[in-house]
Amino acid sequence: MSLECTFTAGIGTLDLTVDLTVGDEIVAVLGPNGAGKTTLLRAVAGLHPIDTGRIAVDGAVLDEPASDVLVAPADRPIGVVFQDYLLFPFLTARENVAFGLRSRGIGKAEARRRADQWLDRVGLADRADARPGELSGGQAQRVALARAVVGDPRVLLLDEPLAALDARARSEIRRELRRHLTAAGGARVLVTHDPVDASVLADRVVVLEAGAVVQQGTMQEIALHPRSPYVADLVGLNLYRGTAAAGVVTLDGGGRIVVADRAVAGEVFASVHPRSVGLHAEAPAGSARNHFAGTVAEVDALGDRVRVRIEGTVAIVAEITSAAARELGLAPGRAVVASVKATEVGIYPA
Amino acid sequence: MALASLGVLLFALPLLGLLQRAAWSDLWSDLSAPAARDALRLSIECSLWATLLSVVLGVPLAWVLARGEFPGRALLRALVLLPLVLPPVVGGVALLYAFGRNNGLVGPWLYDTFGVQLTFSKTGVILAETFVAMPFLVLTVEGGLRAIDTRYEDAAATLGAGRWTVFRRVTLRFLAPSLAAGAALAWARALGEFGATITFAGNIAGRTQTTPLAVYLLLETDPGPAVAMSLVLLAVSVVVLVALRDHLFRGRR
Repeated sequence: MSLECTFTAGIGTLDLTVDLTVGDEIVAVLGPNGAGKTTLLRAVAGLHPIDTGRIAVDGAVLDEPASDVLVAPADRPIGVVFQDYLLFPFLTARENVAFGLRSRGIGKAEARRRADQWLDRVGLADRADARPGELSGGQAQRVALARAVVGDPRVLLLDEPLAALDARARSEIRRELRRHLTAAGGARVLVTHDPVDASVLADRVVVLEAGAVVQQGTMQEIALHPRSPYVADLVGLNLYRGTAAAGVVTLDGGGRIVVADRAVAGEVFASVHPRSVGLHAEAPAGSARNHFAGTVAEVDALGDRVRVRIEGTVAIVAEITSAAARELGLAPGRAVVASVKATEVGIYPA
Repeated sequence: MALASLGVLLFALPLLGLLQRAAWSDLWSDLSAPAARDALRLSIECSLWATLLSVVLGVPLAWVLARGEFPGRALLRALVLLPLVLPPVVGGVALLYAFGRNNGLVGPWLYDTFGVQLTFSKTGVILAETFVAMPFLVLTVEGGLRAIDTRYEDAAATLGAGRWTVFRRVTLRFLAPSLAAGAALAWARALGEFGATITFAGNIAGRTQTTPLAVYLLLETDPGPAVAMSLVLLAVSVVVLVALRDHLFRGRR
């Protein structure tokens, strides 16, 4: 089972360019609002026109403007769980699940039987006669999932499946969704702006920014080696881009960072974990090879730690204990020096 | 406050006038007088046909106005809504010069080809009533269509529903309240139609003399049935108003 999509599509002023193959796996498309994530799903489902390229499932072309192939959404072997679930409010849970079977010509009794089977599988056998308005967010999500998979689609698409839920219910429902997604099989693509959703639910993550794929891999790989400020911010790393030569990275934005690895050369990303950044009132005489002078721009308390954003030639975020922050008298506007050991700088080709 | 009270009186006094004039004990016999009976029967028949025609033609029209993307849409909407503000008698005159048998735009052709004469016929009454009533339906249904979250239609499409199934099982279900409201408004308007009907279809007892026409005519000679029929029309209006109060005054409480 595989979904291949290589296409471009316009959304307002944004050009979406996608080159993605999904096998028998769960792929998360992670990106900020307005990156084109939903449009990607809509294009695959046949709800948004593509300009060039093709979309195919198991080798059967669904959309290819160059050869005038366009399969209507109703005829695609694709199930969709929409954002907000979009359960038909005038139908019961059972009727919602049976909708797709009925519109594909399956008899009433058989559609009902299969709908009940799926409701049972997602643990909602006793809610079959409830209207969507009477369901909790988590229950509505499971009905939407059952509705999308009851027709055995070869591709399952989910648009922000957890965004409509409150934070308390989320982690429990997330684990449960993971279980159902794993059981469903086939090519499964979910769109999310939450890295936790992506890492819990997906085997592989594709990062989409401003209409383009900027990075793919497992969430661990992505977290370790972010390739854009957005991803670095998501995983909480300081990220710099520059040119490496003989153990020194000259940053594109000005300044330089000494690194331990002298072999890497050329265009690189350098990453620094906030916890490996030390802060001092004045330049210390220690072993740290990197000293960045700057001023405190922001101080954020996180329990017994504080995150300190420092502006200067090399902007950096440091995470220190609140006791240390008190001793240093950290407040916005205070001049400080940040230190980073060369061995704490991650470096990888851009 | 004083002006507002005056305004209330302006609406309330005529109503009281009509009600105090009513001969409640004779109501039934007044309504079953031949002239009244024929007029009422014709009115109900023609207004129901006009409502049906408004739905059959008006829903697609509302669809085009709400969902279509083409130049001149605003102009089309203006054309469709014109009968709302046009004096009905002018509408009747216009209909006459379109469908009149001798001097109409397409009237002579209709008569020569199909032998159909619209003027001074029951069909003419239906046409005149549809002309004035359909804008109410189009306006209401267009509003209803615009209020639908089209993502539900997308969801239905991904569940294997073709365009017709999507329309029938999703769009129409969301649209039902607006459609019912629009049809009720159109029906009430058709039932009360006077100017366009009398101008276009004439005032032939038993054939084109609808209730409002009969009321007007009988008022001079036999006010009993006239008042009785007025009460029927008033009752219908009140029923429609009550039935639609949620739809018409949504969010005003």
